Amino acid sequence: MDFTYDEEQQALREAVRGLVGKAYSDFENRRRAVAEDPGFDEQLWGRLAEMGILGLPFREEDGGSGAGPVEVAIVAEELGRVIAPEPYLASVVLAGGMVAAAGTAEQRAEVLGALSAGECVLGWAHAEPGASGAARWSATAAAVTASGSGTEWTLSGVKEPVVAGARADRLVVSAALPDGGTGLFLVDPAGPSVTRAGYPTHDGGRAARVGLDEAPAVPLGEPGADLTATIAVVLDIGRVMACAEALGAMDVALASTTDYLRNRKQFGVPLSTFQALTFRAADMYVSLELARSVTTWATMVVAAGRPEQVADAAARAALQTSRAGRHLGQEAIQLHGGIGMTAEYAVGSYTSRLTALDHLLGDGDHHLRRLASTVGEHGEVDPLP
Amino acid sequence: MQLELSPEDAAFRDEMRTFFTTEIPQEIRDTVAERRELTKEQIVESQRLMNQHGLAVPHWPVEWGGQDWSQLRRHIWHEEMQRAAVPPPLAFNASMVGPVIATFGSQELKERFLPATANLDIWWSQGFSEPDAGSDLASLRTTAVRDGDEFVVNGQKTWTTLGQYGDWIFCLVRTDPEAKKQRGISFLLIDMTSPGVTVRPIELIDGGHEVNEVWFEDVRVPADQLVGELNHGWDYAKFLLGNERVGVAPVGATKRVLAAAKQYAGEQLADPLTAARFAELENELLALELTALRVAANSSDGKPHPASSVLKLKGTELQQAVSELVVDLAGPDSLASGAGEDSAIPWWSRRATPAYLNLRKASIYGGSNEIQRQIIAKTILGL
Repeated sequence: MDFTYDEEQQALREAVRGLVGKAYSDFENRRRAVAEDPGFDEQLWGRLAEMGILGLPFREEDGGSGAGPVEVAIVAEELGRVIAPEPYLASVVLAGGMVAAAGTAEQRAEVLGALSAGECVLGWAHAEPGASGAARWSATAAAVTASGSGTEWTLSGVKEPVVAGARADRLVVSAALPDGGTGLFLVDPAGPSVTRAGYPTHDGGRAARVGLDEAPAVPLGEPGADLTATIAVVLDIGRVMACAEALGAMDVALASTTDYLRNRKQFGVPLSTFQALTFRAADMYVSLELARSVTTWATMVVAAGRPEQVADAAARAALQTSRAGRHLGQEAIQLHGGIGMTAEYAVGSYTSRLTALDHLLGDGDHHLRRLASTVGEHGEVDPLP
Repeated sequence: MQLELSPEDAAFRDEMRTFFTTEIPQEIRDTVAERRELTKEQIVESQRLMNQHGLAVPHWPVEWGGQDWSQLRRHIWHEEMQRAAVPPPLAFNASMVGPVIATFGSQELKERFLPATANLDIWWSQGFSEPDAGSDLASLRTTAVRDGDEFVVNGQKTWTTLGQYGDWIFCLVRTDPEAKKQRGISFLLIDMTSPGVTVRPIELIDGGHEVNEVWFEDVRVPADQLVGELNHGWDYAKFLLGNERVGVAPVGATKRVLAAAKQYAGEQLADPLTAARFAELENELLALELTALRVAANSSDGKPHPASSVLKLKGTELQQAVSELVVDLAGPDSLASGAGEDSAIPWWSRRATPAYLNLRKASIYGGSNEIQRQIIAKTILGL
C-alpha cells in the first residue's frame, strides 16, 4: 500500500509540468490557442511526441514507450492543471487505446507508431447524437451501422460529438455489426463519403459531426468480431484518466480561489476574513481530497490489470469526481464573484472544462445508477485486494 | 505506487482479524454491533484482554506497553477492531491522558499511572469543557490555588463523558488568573473520590446517561499530581488534541453499520432511491477509507497530517448520514424506541432513532466540524 510516486514518476510529472506550464501557465496563451482551429497548439503536440508522452501507454513494439496507467494519469493531471486543449484523452487514451486493445499487430504498429510520433491525430468517433437512457455512454453503437465482409466494409450513419473530429487524420469509429454486436473500424476522414462539420465546444475544445455514407472502413482486428467488451474496458480506463485530468483542474481551481480570497478586499478587509467564505473553501478541499483518493486508487486498480475490478473502480472514481467537479467548479466561480464569470479570467474556463469531462464518459448519476444496481450483491466495499 | 498491502502488513491484518474475532467475547461484540449500551464491566474486560496481548495502547512508548508500529499498522489495528465490533480502548486512558503522562509526566507519575491506565485499572474522565468554555477551551474558569503541598480546586466541568464510572479525572485548571487565557492553565490529575467532588448526570436527547457535570468544591489535590510544568497545561492539551491521527474517522464502524443496514433493508433495497442512497454512501466511505490510508501511509514522520481534519469532518458526517438512513429504513417502526423485548418490532428499528440522535454529538465533540473547517482553511489553505 503506497500512494506516492517513485522518482521516475516524479521526474515525468516535473517534465510534463515544465512543458505544458511553459505553454499555458499564462492563461492568455491558452486563450490564443483555443481561439482558432484546430483549437490547440500543434507545436506543443509535437513536443509531447518528442518527449514520448503521446506514446506513453503503448507497447514499445507498437511504437510507444511502454509506460503504465499511473504514468498516463500523471500526464492527464498535468494537462488538467493548465486545462491544456490538446486532445490527449480522446486521441491517445481513447482512440489509441482502442487500437492498442483491438488492432492487429500490423495495425497497431502503423497507427500507434504514427500517433506516438505526433504525425497522426486520432479521432474517437463513438458518441451518437441524441442518445438517451442506457445508450448514453454505453460501449455499443447503434446509429452507425457497418456492412460488408472480409476486409471490404463500409459504414453509414452519423457520429457526434467527435472530439477533435475535424482535425483528426484518422478516425476510430464504432459501428453496429450486421450480425449483432459492435465493431471498431479505421476510417480515413479525407476519403469518399465522409463529411465533417467542426465546431468549438464550450470548454475551448473542438468537436465535429461526422457523417458516413457508405464510407470505406477497415475493421480493427478480426473482421466482424464483437468488440463491445474491449470497448467497455478502454472506456473505463478513459474514465479514470478523465478523473485524473479533473483532479489537476480542481486543484488549480481551488488554489485560484484561495488566492483570490486572500488578496481581494471588500469592505476594507480581505475576503479571507469572512468565515462564511473560508468554510466553503474548506469544503472544496474536502471534496478534492476525497476525489483524489478514489482516483489514485482506481489508477492503481487499472495498473494491477484485473479487468473485472476496473469497471467498478472506474465507476466509483467517476461518481466521486463528478460530484467533486461540480462542487469545486460552482464554488470557484461563486467565491470569485463577477470576475469568475468572465472569459478573460481563468477560473470559469476550469469550471467549463470540468463540466465537459463530467459529461464526456458518464456523469455521476450514470455511474451511481450502475453502482446502485449491484449494491445488494456485496456486504462492504473493500478497497484492498 | 502499490495497491496491495505488503505480505508482512497483510499477515498483520490477518493476525488482528483473528485476534479480535476470537479473543474478545461474542457477547461484547454483539452489544456493539447492535448499538446497545456497553456496561462498564464489558469495556474493562475488552481493554484488559487487549492489554494482555499488547494491543491496548500500541501508540505509547514501547517501555510503557506500546508497539513500534508504522502508522499504517496502527490504522489496520484500528480498522480491524472496528470491523469486528470490538469496543476500542477507552479513549480517555489510551489516547488522551496516557500519551500526555508518557510524554510530559515525571518518572514517578509514569510509574504510578501508566500501567494502571493501560490496563483500565483506573478509569479516567476528561475534565476540559466548562459551561462557558467549549470549543473556546481557553476561556475555562476552574481554579487551582496552591496551598502548601496541595492545590485547592474550585469550579465546574461539563460534558464529562462516562464520568459516572470515573476513578480519576484529568483537568485543565487555571493556576494563574493574571495571565492571559492560554498562559495560566495547568494540567492536573484528580482522584474523583476526593472530598468536594460531585458528579451529576446530564440527560441527553437519546434518553441515555452518557455525560455529566463535575463540580469541585475546595477539593484538595496533592501538588505532585500536576503533570509537567505549572502554567504549561495548554501545551499538553494541544498535544493531546492534536496527536490523534489514527481513528479520527470511524470508517470501519460506519462501514459495518452500513453493511448491516442492507440486511435491515431487505426488500427496500429494490427501491432505486434507497439503492442509490446506499451506493452513494458506500462510495463516500470508500473515498474516506482511502483518504485515511493515504494519511496513515504517508505520515511516517510522526507529525499530524493536516488532512486529519478531513477525516474528522467527513467521517462524522458519514457516520451521521448512515444512522439517518437506518431511521428511514425503520420508518414508523422507529418510534418504538421504548418498547421492550416482547415488541413485535425488530431490535434494530427500536435502536435506530436513539442511535441517530446520539450521533448528532459526533460533529460537535473532539473539535466541532466548524473548528475542523477552520483548521483546514487556516493551516492547509492558508486563509
